[in-house]
Order: sequence, then structure tokens, then C-alpha cells
Amino acid sequence: MTSYLVFMATLAGIYALLSLGLVTIWGQGGMVNLGLVGFYAVGAYASALLSNAGIPIGISLMCAALMAGAVGVVLSYLTRPLRGDYLAIVSLGFAEVIRLVATNEKWLTGGSDGLSGIRSPLKAELGAIHPWFYLLLVWAIVAAAAFGLVRLFRSPYGRALRAVRDDEQVAAVAGKPVLQLKLKTFFVGAALSGLAGGIYAHLTSYIAPDGFVPLLTIYIFLAATAGGYTRVVGALAGSLAVVALLESTRFIAAVIPGLTAVQVASLRELVIAVSLIVIMQLKPEGVFQSVNQKALAAPASRRESGKTTSEPDAGSTPLASHA
Amino acid sequence: MFSDLVQHLVNGLVMGAVVALPALGLTLIFSVLGFINFSIAAQMTVGAYGGWLVNTHLHWPLVPVLVAAFALAGLVGVVGDRLALVPMRRKISAHTPLMVAIVSIALNLALENALRFGFGSDLNSFEMPIARDVQFAGIRVGPQQVHNLGIALAIAVVLAAFFTVTRVGKAMRAVADNADLARLKGIDPTRLSNLATFIGMGLAGIGGALLAIDTSVDPSTGSRLLLIIFSASVLGGLTSLTGAVLGALLIGMVSEVSLLVISPVYQSATAFAAILLVLLIRPSGLFAGASGVRK
Repeated sequence: MTSYLVFMATLAGIYALLSLGLVTIWGQGGMVNLGLVGFYAVGAYASALLSNAGIPIGISLMCAALMAGAVGVVLSYLTRPLRGDYLAIVSLGFAEVIRLVATNEKWLTGGSDGLSGIRSPLKAELGAIHPWFYLLLVWAIVAAAAFGLVRLFRSPYGRALRAVRDDEQVAAVAGKPVLQLKLKTFFVGAALSGLAGGIYAHLTSYIAPDGFVPLLTIYIFLAATAGGYTRVVGALAGSLAVVALLESTRFIAAVIPGLTAVQVASLRELVIAVSLIVIMQLKPEGVFQSVNQKALAAPASRRESGKTTSEPDAGSTPLASHA
Repeated sequence: MFSDLVQHLVNGLVMGAVVALPALGLTLIFSVLGFINFSIAAQMTVGAYGGWLVNTHLHWPLVPVLVAAFALAGLVGVVGDRLALVPMRRKISAHTPLMVAIVSIALNLALENALRFGFGSDLNSFEMPIARDVQFAGIRVGPQQVHNLGIALAIAVVLAAFFTVTRVGKAMRAVADNADLARLKGIDPTRLSNLATFIGMGLAGIGGALLAIDTSVDPSTGSRLLLIIFSASVLGGLTSLTGAVLGALLIGMVSEVSLLVISPVYQSATAFAAILLVLLIRPSGLFAGASGVRK
């Protein structure tokens, strides 16, 4: 039981990293990345393959993050002149293609059998306490990432980014490099997702395409919205809540008699989907709402308020094109 | 080799015709309501199950089956829209369309799993009379495929007439073109959005039923085609109905012909490649200028 809880806590840390990636891209950058699981898979496979080739795990994790980030930059660059809907479609398709490649390129990814025997840091040396060590390691990385992001979002860069999110044209008029800000943000968010994937690969020592289904993206959206999708602390709390919800529904569903395995699985996914719908309707800002910042400096930065809903003028027509 | 190519082209045309229906639905909803409704995939499956139920339990023939698929998917579409998406759309902000799109993905997942809960993951076949494939100069076509092609094209023509001739159709185009102006002219946007959702989702339902008659239905029938539907719509520029049909036929043929050179497992990757290519070359759609909901 303890080892199960430790594993779940570690997994929650990985979800927290993914949620941080989503908060960066969506909450602060205003871009919708529906291919989160694709970046996660890129990171997982990259880190697994590199470390299997004998490269130290720390370096392969970094490479995984860079690779996922680079892919993210390419995708967001391709959709730059278009409405955000296109990025949503392209990122969704990207995740699907990554899964196809992982399933079918046996020479590289082992196909649907997956890759096994992925090394984990200090596993032999630590023995029985290795899961605890890995748990601490993961949450230390999460803490470092969260700290870095909080600093980043508070910096002038973060303010400019939110200005772009709330109104691109106004931000551009104020002289902010809109495209550059968006690409950098997508890079950071995608890199965090890739890092999460790498950490996952070294945790389970086995990865297969089944682990990278689109459903995971929905879990992370739920985690991010449950905690408040613009807030770092929200991402952390939301991930813990989602892992708890997922695991508790596993137990509750097993208690209900007369259900087949398929029905139990579909019921769990139904609960997740309905929770996301309800939370998005009732409280899209989540439990931890973004605090309205006081304008400190020049009037040019008056659009600092973290709330997206504080923009009654923009988009009053649903067809307003931002191209 | 040449007859292989023609065979793939024919197969692609048939597949494209079926994909054209949900692509039309997606485009219609995007034009009138201004957001991408990802639940279109699950609505295909809803229509397919609706058709399957009345076909295998009540032994209805083809055309009533399609009417049932249209009505059920349209109804579920409107109910889902009102329950899940309308409360989101009331929040007016620059981010509303994307927020609604995210909720529509959750709605898609909810519908798919409700179907899986009810029907299980098994494949279900329709009871349709089996007929011999038609052979012509070495090209084989199933009679059902000929039906599919004909029905899909007929529906596209009816739809085109609806938008050019009827008052409601013109009103819908007016809302798509400029929602505020249409409201000033006394057009009720709520009623029209419901109608657009009903027709759009109903079209997806017919597409799902046609697909399922040709193959079989399971809870993921529609979701498997999501990428192809979107690429058809993007090829057409997301707001042009004619563009969506042409885009669907093109993507159907491209993805079938690509089987000559790539492995079948990558068939849906061609849809993704097509989206990227269009975004690089001509983001407004390949058939921009083609008349549709919006010119």
C-alpha cells in the first residue's frame, strides 16, 4: 500500500509538471495546446532512447525537454497568423501523429510493445528506498519549475505575456514583440511537458504508445482548471486533486456491483469529462483565482489584470477575427 | 498500376463523400456560432448507434435509418450544446471561443463514454442486404459505397439549396457573416444557433450511419475520423460549405492514394500533413472564394 501511495504521489508530481506546462501556454499565454500528451510522449521517448544509448540520465532529460520545446516552437510558429482554433487543431493532430509513429516505427520505439529496461537514477545503489528518492527528486524538480515560473510570470516578461494574452493588438501597439513572446512561452510550456515525459519514462522503466492517449490531455486540463488555470499554485493543487479523483473512482467503481470492466472504465472517463465541463462552467478560474494586480508603473501596462473575463470589449462578436 | 490508382481514387471519393457530411456540420457550426465543436466526432457515433438500433431492432431500411440518425444526432447535439456549451458561451471575452472548444472536447469524451457504458466496446454491424460488388474495367465498387457517394452528394445539394433559397438559410448566412448586424435586422440568434447545431450535428449523424453501414459501429467510430474531418474543413477554410465538401473529397482521395506509397497505418497522418501544408501555403483555405455560408 505504501509503495502504491508513493507511486501515486510521484505520478501526481509528473502531472503537476504537465499542468505547469499548460498553465504557462494556456493560462498565461492564452494559447490552447490540445497536444500536451504529444510533447509528453516526445520527451518520454527521447529521454528513454538517449539514456538507453548510454547518455547520463540528467543530460537525456534535458535533451528531452529541449526537443519537446523545439517541436512546440515549430507548431506555434506554423499557426502564428491564424486564430487560436488552428493551433488547437494542429496540436491535437500532432499528438495523434506522435502516437502513430510510436506505434509503428518498431526500429526506433519498439512499436506497440514499447521500450523496456529504461534506467532510473541510482536505482541499484539505493535499493528499497529508491521510490522515495525518486518521489523527492520529482517534487524537487516541480518545486524548482514552479519557483522559476512564479518569478517569470512576475517579471516584466510575464506582464507583457499576459498583455498579449488579453489583447494581442494592444500589446503590439505598446511595442511588445508578440510573436517572440508567444514562441518563447510555447517553448517553456512544451519543454516542461517533455521533461515530465522523460521523468515518467525513468519512473516506470517501461513506456508504450498506450500510455500516451489523448485522455491524458483531458486529465491535465482538469487539473489545471480545478486549481485555476492561470496560477502556478493551482496547477500543483489541481494535479494532486486529479490523481486522487482518478484513483478514488477506481476504488468506488469496483464497489458498484454488476458492472463490466468496460463499463467501469467508461464511467471513470465520464466522471472526468463531466467534472471538466462543470468546473469550466462554474469556475473557470479555479479554486485559486488570479489576484488582480495593481498597476505599478506606466499606464501602458494597465491590462495587467490576470482575469481573462475582465475584457468586456474584446470579442463581443464570436466571429471577431484575430488574424 | 494505373487501375490501382483509379481504384484508390474511387475509394477516396467514397470516403471523402462520407467525411464531407461531418465536415459540413463542423463548418456550419463554426460559421454560425464562431467556435470549433470537437463533439462532432461523438455525434457521428451517436447517429451511427441510432441508425443501428432502428435497423437491427425495428428492421428499418436505409432511408428511414438515415432520417433517424439525423434526428437523434441533431437532438443530442442541441441538448449537449445547451447543457454544456451555452453556459460557456454566455461568458463574453476574447477567449470564449477557445474555452468553448475545450469544453466541447470534454463533451465529446462524455458522449463517447456514455455510449461505451451503454453498448460496450464491441463492433456492431447493420442488417443490410448484401450485394455483389460492381466491377467496371477492373475497378471494384460496393453498391453501398455507390449509395454513400450518391446520398452524401444529394445532401450537399439540398443543403446548398437550403442556404440560397430559404429564408432561414439566408438568415443563417447573415448571422455567419455578421452576427451583430443580423441581430439588428431582427434575426433571433438563439433560435438560429440551435438550428445550426441541429443541422450540423444531424449531418454528422448521417455521416456516422453511412460509415457504419459500410463497416461497423463502435464507440470510437467517429473519434477515429476526427483528424480527417478537421483537415477537410481546414482545407476548405473553416467557413466555406462548398470548401468543406471539396476539401473532404480531396482529403479522401489524397489519403487513399497515399496508400500506394505509405503504410496504411499512417493514413490519418496524411490528414495532419494536409493541414500543415494548407496552413503553410494558403491558410484561408484552398477554395477561398468558393461560396458557402460565408462568401
